[in-house]
Amino acid sequence: MRGRGGEIARRHAAANRRALIKAGLSRRALMKLGLLTSSGYLIAKNGLSARASGGNPQSPPTRAFIEPMPIMPVKQPVGALSPAPTAAPNTVAGEGRTRSHQAFARFPPRKLYEVHQRAGLVSMSPDLPLQSIWGFDGITPGPTYIARYGEPILVRNFNDLPADNGGFGLNEVSTHQHNGHTPSESDGFPCDFFRAGQFYDQHYPNVLAGFDSTHPPLGDPNEALSTLWYHDHRADFTSQNVYKGLAGTYLLFNDKDTGDETTGFRLPSGEFDVPLIVSDKVFDEDGQLFFDLFNLDGILGDKFLVNGKIQPFFEVHPRRYRFRLLDAGPSRFYQFFLTDPDAPGTTLPFWQIANDGNLLPKPVQVTNVLLSVAERADIIIDFSGLAGRSVVLENRLEQVDGRGPTGRLLPAGQGNQLLRFDVVLPPVADNSQDPATIAKFYDMPAVEPPRVTRTFRFERGNGQWQINGRFFDCNDVRLRVKKNSAEQWVLQNNSGGWQHPIHIHFEEFQVLSRNGQPPQGAQRSRKDVVRLGFNEEIVLFMRFRDFVGRYPMHCHNTVHEDHAMMLRWEIDEVGDLNPEP
Amino acid sequence: MAGIARREWFSLFGQTAARRSPRDAIRARYFPNVVLRTHEGRPVRFYDDLVRDKIVVINFMYATCEGVCPGITLNLARVQKLLGDRIGRDIFMYSITLKPEQDSPAVLSDYVAMHGIGPGWLFLTGDPADVELLRRTLGFVNPDPALDADSSQHIGNIRYGSEPRLLWAACPGLAEPHWIVESLGWLDDHGGAARGEGNTSEPSRQETWR
Repeated sequence: MRGRGGEIARRHAAANRRALIKAGLSRRALMKLGLLTSSGYLIAKNGLSARASGGNPQSPPTRAFIEPMPIMPVKQPVGALSPAPTAAPNTVAGEGRTRSHQAFARFPPRKLYEVHQRAGLVSMSPDLPLQSIWGFDGITPGPTYIARYGEPILVRNFNDLPADNGGFGLNEVSTHQHNGHTPSESDGFPCDFFRAGQFYDQHYPNVLAGFDSTHPPLGDPNEALSTLWYHDHRADFTSQNVYKGLAGTYLLFNDKDTGDETTGFRLPSGEFDVPLIVSDKVFDEDGQLFFDLFNLDGILGDKFLVNGKIQPFFEVHPRRYRFRLLDAGPSRFYQFFLTDPDAPGTTLPFWQIANDGNLLPKPVQVTNVLLSVAERADIIIDFSGLAGRSVVLENRLEQVDGRGPTGRLLPAGQGNQLLRFDVVLPPVADNSQDPATIAKFYDMPAVEPPRVTRTFRFERGNGQWQINGRFFDCNDVRLRVKKNSAEQWVLQNNSGGWQHPIHIHFEEFQVLSRNGQPPQGAQRSRKDVVRLGFNEEIVLFMRFRDFVGRYPMHCHNTVHEDHAMMLRWEIDEVGDLNPEP
Repeated sequence: MAGIARREWFSLFGQTAARRSPRDAIRARYFPNVVLRTHEGRPVRFYDDLVRDKIVVINFMYATCEGVCPGITLNLARVQKLLGDRIGRDIFMYSITLKPEQDSPAVLSDYVAMHGIGPGWLFLTGDPADVELLRRTLGFVNPDPALDADSSQHIGNIRYGSEPRLLWAACPGLAEPHWIVESLGWLDDHGGAARGEGNTSEPSRQETWR
């Protein structure tokens, strides 16, 4: 095998050189970009697997920054759905939903959407063959939903996925809207999956938490959400199905975060408001998307994609942009920096305005953002002083297996180059407000004494992921929360070997403390995913308002999640007081 | 793009030749066709005889294991009972020893008898190098080398999959037997809960929780 690998590498190197010459890219230019070694090999870092067996192949070489970054299309509503949506599941017509919409009459949908989960063929790089993916409307990432508070919508999901999975993925799906204030039956619970040929209506009220409890009738304005995403959540197969492409962005606007930079908070809007969905992947020797089926620990890719393309470029105007960064997994932690390729030692600051899609109390100037799987960061980059130049979005956090990052920061210019911003478009008007002058977005919502404090230990025993010593089971309700109550949840990681991004569905929580210390800066925020680092204890303030039903808590390293590091909990009218569910 | 077509670029790598089918790729990567010996002393090829065209449940154990193994074996015995005559017909259970030097077919046969295990569930031993190869390709490996070398810490998950449908997943060996059975049911066409022939009149677990 070694001999064959060497032969392939030599053949690749020769082919690379020919192709480079043909493509008109100089060796010097590529070396400067860190893409070519002095021996003429295109850089192709080994596809890293958490698996000690070295389960991943090494992806074929691909060139960086040769294709523009895609902007996913905005999902358009339809005039009508046939049959018309109903509160009760329309089983006769082939709906896979099993429970009635609990807020259908109160928030009748004002816009209707129809989306088809289906197979598609996409190009992730011109240096690779077309890829067979599963996507919403057959593209990956899927289309972007633009929604508004006060405007309930209904999305009819059609499962048109084929039985032939091409090597991985299960054609049963449950679309999680991460992390709306959404009734359980529309939340995308992992066991609420529906089959190929069925449809499933998801009702998104787009309503603020507290509308039927603490802040009637409109909800708590300080609970407004901005950047959400949606992805498949099929129990045991989430990592495969999301890796295969089933994810997209869902943006929520209101009368403050308006989507118009001349009003409200005056955040960059329209073409200057851009989701950046980051994922890492591996390709096999045939250049086909590879998923390590037998990995239990976490899958790392050696190719980095933004909005579905490997290392694209994005041409920008010299002005402010809002970017909505999402770590779409499956397992990698990122620490994003802006690197000037001509001066890697220079620090390029930017503004973080939201954490997990929730606007902060006010903008915070940062030099980097750290994201684990499913975490989001809205940032504002001002390119106005960079006309004619390029800056690279670079991940400098070292991670060598699925256990979590090593904690080491790679030197600027030596990390994973994800996306190059080329400030080459002409100057245009910028009506957005300078973040330095924004004094306030939202206040942190008030906290109150908890009804109960519950402790959850995230553990691993003989390779089996578990919470409080138990495993996920659709049938097992581990705790019941009293509707409209507040609780304190303590998350513990007693391991120095593993880190876990913990996601709790439904309402945003507040981190009260991490290892006894209150959060600072951009970490003082509402969150729905929290990084549980080595030997850490995190205390959360939780609320469960307005709706009832089942939701999960799980590790969002999707490989851990699929291997039972998840539990089911429920909101009902009574609740329990189990301190260690 | 700088004027280089995708096909052109790709052909430079000599990779436009027909690629393997996904099924062949999975077989080549994960299922070495090594010869193992069953607890009945019968030689079997891992892919040809045990995996091809089947729904399988695979775990690793050893006869003298006093950690997770007894619990998992008891659990899987309940799974076998719940699945009735599907076991050995279209669903097959395999427990591969981590200590082939100690666990001869005779030792494994005693283990089977001691646990009252019925037909359709094979305990397997073989050449230590082959067993180690299988352990690695099937992903029963701890990323921490020190832990990986400690067999008492061995991976307690069970791998389940449908070879013809290219569906593979895993769940904890200590999960509830009913849950393991429900998970196996996802491998059937249309995802109906797996049930033994004798149990078809009962509602499936998948329906009861909804």
